[in-house]
Amino acid sequence: MKDNVTGSSASVKTMRERDMQKVSATQKIVKICVQVALYLFLGVMALIILFPFYWMLVSSVKTMPEYSQSIPSIIPHEWDFHNYVEVFQNEDLLLGQLFANTLFVGVVSTALSLVITVLSAFAFARLEFKGKNLLFAALLATMMIPGELFTITNFQTVHSFGWMHTFTVLIVPFLVSVFYIYLLKQNFQQVPNELYLAAKVDGTTDLKYLWKVMIPLALPTLISITILKMMGSWNSYMWPRLVANDDAHRLITNGLRTAFTSADGVTDVPLQMAAVAVVSAPLFLVFVFLRKYIMKGVSRSGIKG
Amino acid sequence: MGEKIKSFFAGLWQNIRTFFKKRVWQGFCVNVLYKKFDRYKAWIYLLPAIVLLMIFTVWPIFNTVRMSLLEGYTSMKAVRGVEFELGIGNFTRVLKYKGFINCLKNTVLLTVLTVPISTFLALLIAVCLNSIKWFSRALQTIFFLPYVTNSIAIGMVFAAMFNMILGGGVRPDFVGVVNIVIEAFGGDYINWMNAGSEYWANIVVMTVYIVWNALPFKILILLGGLQSVNKQYYEAAKVDATPRWRVFTRITIPLLSPMLAYVIITGFIGGFKEYSSIVGVFGESMGPAGNHYALDTMVGFIYRAIGNQEGTASAAALILFAIILVVTMINLYVSKKKTHY
Repeated sequence: MKDNVTGSSASVKTMRERDMQKVSATQKIVKICVQVALYLFLGVMALIILFPFYWMLVSSVKTMPEYSQSIPSIIPHEWDFHNYVEVFQNEDLLLGQLFANTLFVGVVSTALSLVITVLSAFAFARLEFKGKNLLFAALLATMMIPGELFTITNFQTVHSFGWMHTFTVLIVPFLVSVFYIYLLKQNFQQVPNELYLAAKVDGTTDLKYLWKVMIPLALPTLISITILKMMGSWNSYMWPRLVANDDAHRLITNGLRTAFTSADGVTDVPLQMAAVAVVSAPLFLVFVFLRKYIMKGVSRSGIKG
Repeated sequence: MGEKIKSFFAGLWQNIRTFFKKRVWQGFCVNVLYKKFDRYKAWIYLLPAIVLLMIFTVWPIFNTVRMSLLEGYTSMKAVRGVEFELGIGNFTRVLKYKGFINCLKNTVLLTVLTVPISTFLALLIAVCLNSIKWFSRALQTIFFLPYVTNSIAIGMVFAAMFNMILGGGVRPDFVGVVNIVIEAFGGDYINWMNAGSEYWANIVVMTVYIVWNALPFKILILLGGLQSVNKQYYEAAKVDATPRWRVFTRITIPLLSPMLAYVIITGFIGGFKEYSSIVGVFGESMGPAGNHYALDTMVGFIYRAIGNQEGTASAAALILFAIILVVTMINLYVSKKKTHY
C-alpha cells in the first residue's frame, strides 16, 4: 500500500517533469524562431540603411559608360578611381578651397563658442546674481523659436554691419547656443559646491578653478559640444548660401550643391558620387573614432548640428 | 601767503600718504573694487553671450514682429524712407497667396507621413535591437550611420537612385537602381522625380529619404529608454506567463511613453522645418524639372522672401512659429494624458 502510494507519486512527479520538459522544448523552439525572425528583420533593415552608402561608393568608382548601362552592375566590372582625382581638380567644385574654408570656420567658431559657453555656464551654475533664474528661463524660451525667424533680421543686421562675404558673418551670429549653455550648466551643477568653496578659501581665482576643476570634470560634455558644433559647420547650408556664397568664402555643402545643379539629367553622376563620398568621409572618420561622444551628445540634444 | 600754501600742500600730501598706506589701500581694494567686481562678475562672465544674444536673438524677435505688422514692408523701401502703415495685411496676403498654401500643404503632408512611419519603424527596430544577444553593438552602429551624414550630400545619392533619363523612345535611356528593383519584382518603371513625374511619386521619394534620415535619432532615444527599463517588470510578467504582445503593450509602451512623446514632439518640430532634404534631392528648384517649387516648404518660402520681401517673410515665419507652438502644445497635452511617468 505504502509502496503503491510512493510509486504513484513518483510517476506523477515524472509526468510533471516530462510536461515541463515538453513545455520548455516548445518554448525553446519558439524562442529560436523569434530570434531568427529578429535577426532577419534587423538584417534587412540594416541593408536598407546601408544601401545608399554602398551605392554612393560603387557609383563613384564606375566609369560613365558602365554607370549608364540599362542594367546597373551591383559590383563594378573595373574599379576606376580617376573620379576621386578629378574631384579635386574640378574647376566648378574647387574642393580644396571648400575644405579649407569649412575647416577654418569650423575651428574658429568652435573655439570661440566653447569659451563663451564655459563662461556663461559657470555663471549660471556657480555664481549668485539678481535675476539669474529669470534670465535663464528667458534664454530657454528662445530655444522654442524656429531659427528661420531670426534669419530674416540677422540678414539685414550683418548687411548693415558690412559683413557680407566675410568669414565673420559665418562665425559670429552662431557663437552662442543656449542649448550648449544649458547642457554644460547641468554638468557643472553636478560638481559639489564644497569644491568651489574650498578653492575660494585657498584663494584660488575663479578662472583657475574653472580651468583646473570644472573643465576636466565636464570634458565629455565639452567634447560632445565640440563635435556637434564642428558637424554643424560642416553641414550648414542655408545661412552660408545667403550671406557668403562667393568662391573665397563658400562652405562645403554649398559648393557641393551648386557645382552639380544642372537639372537636365545628364550630370556626371559617378563624379558627383565621388564628391559626395569625399565630403562624407570626414564625418565618418569622426564617427568611427568618437562615436561614444556623438551618441551621448545627440541623445540629449535632438538637434542636428 | 607762501607759508599757507606750503602747509596746505604738506597737509594734502600727508592725507594722500595715509590714504595710500598699505592697509588703507588694501582695504580700498578689497572693499570697493573686489566686492564690486564680485557682485558684478557674473555679468562679466555672461557679457559676451548676452551681447551676442541681444544682437542676433532678442532684436530679431522684436524686429520680426515689427516688420510683420508694417504693411508691405521691404528693406529696399525702408532705406528710401517710405513710411509703412500699421496693419495685418502681411498675414492676410501670405495666407491668400497660392504659393504659400502649396508650401503649407507640402510641409503638413510630409510631416504627417514621415513622423508616424519613422516613429513606428524606430520603435520596432529598437525593440528588436534590445532583445537580441549577438551583434547588438554592431547593428546599433549601422543604424546610427545616417545621422552623421550631410543631408544635402546624401540627398544627391537618393536622387541618383531614383533618377531616370528619358530618351526620345518609349523606354527611358537610363533608369536608377530603384526602378531596376521594381522591375525585378515584375513592376513597371515609375517616373519618380524627373520631368513629368507625378506629385505622389515625388512625395514618396521625399518620404523615403526623410524617414531614412530620421530613423537614427529616434532609434537611439528609444533604445536608451528601453535599456533603462527596470528588468523586474519583465520578470514579473514572465512569472505570470504573460504573452509577449501583452508585455509589449502593457509594460514596454507605457514605460517608454516619455521617450516616445519626446521623439514624436521633436519629429513634428523638425518636420515643420523641413527644407534641406528637399534641396538635397531636387536641388534649389525644389521640384522636378518643368514643375519648379512643386515641393516647396514653409522654410523654403521664408528663405526666398529674405532680402526682398521682409514683411511677408516675417509674417510667414510667425505663422510657422504659431503652428509649431500649437502642434507642440497639442502633443504635450496628449502625452500628459497618455504618458506614464
